[in-house]
Amino acid sequence: MTAMNMIEALNSAHDVMMARDDNVVVMGEDVGFFGGVFRVTAGLQDKYGRSRVFDAPISENGIIGVAIGMATYGLRPVAEIQFADYIYPGFDQVVSEAARIRYRTAGEWYVPLTIRSPYGGGIFGGQTHSQSPEALFAHVAGITTVIPSNPYDAKGLLISAIESDDPVVFFEPKRIYNGPFDGFFDRPVTPWSKDPRAEVPEGYYTVPIGKAAIAREGQALTVLAYGTMVHVAIATAEANGIDAEVIDLRTIVPVDIETIEQSVRKTGRCVVVHEATRTAGFGAELSALVQERCFYHLEAPVQRAAGWDTPYPHSLEWAYFPGPIRLGTAFKKALED
Amino acid sequence: MADKIERRNRPALSLHVPEPDARPGDEPDFSRIQIPAAGSVPRPDVTAQPAETHPLCFTMVRVLDDEANAVGPWDPRLDPDTLRRMLRDMMMVRAFDDRMYRAQRQGKTSFYMKSTGEEAVAVGAAHALDREDMCFPTYRQPGLLVVRDYPLVDMMCQIYSNRGDKLQGRQLPIMYSDRAHGFFTISGNLATQLPQAVGWAMASAIKGDSRIAATWVGEGSSAEGDFHSAMTFSGVYRAPVILNLVNNQWAISSFAGIAGGELTTFAARAVGYGIAGLRVDGNDPLAVYAATLWAADRARSNLGPTLIEHFTYRKEGHSTSDDPAAYRPQGAGEKWPLGDPIQRLKRHLINLGEWSDEQHESLQTQLSTEVRAAQREAEKQGVLVASTIDFPHDVRTMFEDVYAEMPWHLKEQQAQMAAELETKRK
Ligand SMILES: Cc1ncc(C[n+]2csc(CCOP(=O)(O)OP(=O)(O)O)c2C)c(N)n1
Repeated sequence: MTAMNMIEALNSAHDVMMARDDNVVVMGEDVGFFGGVFRVTAGLQDKYGRSRVFDAPISENGIIGVAIGMATYGLRPVAEIQFADYIYPGFDQVVSEAARIRYRTAGEWYVPLTIRSPYGGGIFGGQTHSQSPEALFAHVAGITTVIPSNPYDAKGLLISAIESDDPVVFFEPKRIYNGPFDGFFDRPVTPWSKDPRAEVPEGYYTVPIGKAAIAREGQALTVLAYGTMVHVAIATAEANGIDAEVIDLRTIVPVDIETIEQSVRKTGRCVVVHEATRTAGFGAELSALVQERCFYHLEAPVQRAAGWDTPYPHSLEWAYFPGPIRLGTAFKKALED
Repeated sequence: MADKIERRNRPALSLHVPEPDARPGDEPDFSRIQIPAAGSVPRPDVTAQPAETHPLCFTMVRVLDDEANAVGPWDPRLDPDTLRRMLRDMMMVRAFDDRMYRAQRQGKTSFYMKSTGEEAVAVGAAHALDREDMCFPTYRQPGLLVVRDYPLVDMMCQIYSNRGDKLQGRQLPIMYSDRAHGFFTISGNLATQLPQAVGWAMASAIKGDSRIAATWVGEGSSAEGDFHSAMTFSGVYRAPVILNLVNNQWAISSFAGIAGGELTTFAARAVGYGIAGLRVDGNDPLAVYAATLWAADRARSNLGPTLIEHFTYRKEGHSTSDDPAAYRPQGAGEKWPLGDPIQRLKRHLINLGEWSDEQHESLQTQLSTEVRAAQREAEKQGVLVASTIDFPHDVRTMFEDVYAEMPWHLKEQQAQMAAELETKRK
């Protein structure tokens, strides 16, 4: 075990998989010699050579299309999109191609592709370095969407994603690359090294796709979260003395419905949180699922706390971000009567 | 899933991945760059068929020679006042960049990008265009605003996202927008402005207007599909647009070879689309001016688009977020064989007997004083403070302009946000 931050853990996942399987190749903008703008692929080109780790032209459409071609040959490409905000030029290749090739060929071809991309705000990146587009991918049949919230899960989930025979969109909450962020932006950030979830085995292990984790046990209400918001939800519960059960979904599609149902049946109350814009966000799906399946156990309407339905503003970042006050308000509402 | 195939007696394939000539620790190596003598490239008539320009895509239009004299058919023969103003504008961009870069380092804003070494690209073009022509730039053409006398204080307020920022703090620093100055809103998403510029130009043609459009893109971003769309549409409809491709040799850490420049030029792409193409020494403000004027005259005569590759060098980091020493030799910018645009124009003016070291020195001081004064003025309206809820803008403004009319759900969220801020203040 070594203490790793998210970046080191993700780097280690690449390293472990490239050593185990020479079908694993890595490509993306600046991922080669430079090792990626966030350093996730640092050292890999040196170790595995230029034909397995290489820079791509600035064309997300090209990156994803080419990666699909490699995957259909039999490779397991890991494609980095530098920021989730830049994935859209490649959207057609994801939605119309990667997602459907297995289906339209009745399994003759399939696409073992991992698309990694840093997402989310909290770094003063303005409108185009802050978005959370996970719901767009969750909406596409055939795509698995994974979002880790700590170094241990990041590595284990990325290994599972690379081993998956289907395309996985793997969003990395960049605000917590270096340390968990609880939403209190005016407090100093603690590095991952002080956190037990940063104890990461050096070798191979997996964290299963489709399995949530209980990040904080509680009795009073269930909070469904993923990515950075897991930490904000825990901090909000603690700041308000609310005995919330915080579920870290880890995979949003296919979502771990069993864990969700069990928790909501126990608490009878549910809040759904995400940083993405609220309307038609993944929270809408979660809220519908809870309502359909746990209606008679619910003692209050399901609440949503999310980013506002606006682009991510630069100077008003902390007004946009769903921090402890927005979450606290939703928690309290879910606890009424 | 790899198909099991019988391996015939054929050679094993291998993947080619381009590598730059020098990496950190190596001596900068520009030996592969071919630089034709200034004045050696012919100047086709503005009405020439596109094909006549295609040989020019493989050489380089240069006006200023090694002694900084203007030579050859592309010499735009500008009067000394215009030359001095161009020099002043390039020097202003540099002085502004230095000041704002420092402000970012002092924590007064989140981000900054300089255009050091490539000031001639925007400044030369803006002087050749009409003031009414419409520009669709990237983040590396603040020179367009400087030439068009956009107030420095307004640029700085945008950089600080402060109370004086007309964009209300919504955009990342340097992503300016100003309709009155013909400067289209800069997008963080690369290359999107190219087809938009073509569309604007098509609209101008549809309406029988006389204004043309110009757009810029980095060589790295020219790999995006939007570049292809812009080339296709502009060629098909002969849109009155100038497509400037700024080849400053580096994207972030990837060199021009990764963008497709290893065995050909970027200007050469004009050939395949059947449009006019030029390749110019981007560190030669007179060459940039002359090529732009040529393309503009052509567009104004309904003869369609021109792709211009500006061959230059990104002297400093990509932005305040990277250190170029991690991927290319240190000091490479100093060794760039095409020199520095400001020094070249300065020498040229001195050769003409229209400038002196003393005048240069005193202009430098004057510009620096101007920039500092603007900075003091801008900072009266605040600087970016990252961890406060004393926001520079009323939080209610966040919900405006999402739509022309605010729908019910945004009104509700706006009220929730106001309440949230009250709670935060307590
Ligand atoms: C669609 C998209 N992909 C990736 C990025 C990230 N990015 C920002 S600038 C940049 C490099 C651009 O290089 P180039 O086009 O050569 O322009 P230069 O910065 O050299 O002027 C990259 C990859 C982005 N902003 N948008």
